[in-house]
Amino acid sequence: MYIGKVIGTVVATIKIDHLDQRKLLLVDQLDLHGEETGEYDIAVDVVQAGPGDTVLVIDEGNGARQVLGLDPGAVRAVIVGIVDEVSIQA
Amino acid sequence: MKFGRVLGTVVATRKYEGLEGIKFLVVQPLDEDLKPKGQPQIAADATAQAGPGELVFMVASREGAQALPEVFVPVDLAITGIVDEVGIEKSARRNQPSARWIDLSRDD
Repeated sequence: MYIGKVIGTVVATIKIDHLDQRKLLLVDQLDLHGEETGEYDIAVDVVQAGPGDTVLVIDEGNGARQVLGLDPGAVRAVIVGIVDEVSIQA
Repeated sequence: MKFGRVLGTVVATRKYEGLEGIKFLVVQPLDEDLKPKGQPQIAADATAQAGPGELVFMVASREGAQALPEVFVPVDLAITGIVDEVGIEKSARRNQPSARWIDLSRDD
């Protein structure tokens, strides 16, 4: 999993069935200091996140399928949390 | 999933079982600003509706095969949607911190 920032939305009418009725958000990966790394993902949102939110993203197929209740499911990146606080202590 | 731009088509008559009827396209992976990033790849078109010039998004690795009717096929990149619109947040909201970031390891 990684922490990212939602920077936009992606709209697609033509898409595979697994993504029907799903909200797709553009997420920029953040480094330990909260800065954008330049890596990004188009992720399925299941926690009603929106642009500007700091989010927790899972990028693994089995977890994504479990969260979305799909089998098979061609999804990897899913936003599974909205982050309130990050504390780096060491 | 990542953005890609469809550049062309690939035709293969002899292919591994399970790949029959699947359309293969040449795709240039893009960064979030829709600029080319890395080498062009070959993707299976799971939407069956993508064509050259179109902006698409793709899922990589094993999940690529999961997008196809037959899931146990040798495919590691699949087009899963055709992009209508990308809305990038450019206002102050993007830079506004939404999470408290406590970084005790940083000196400055």
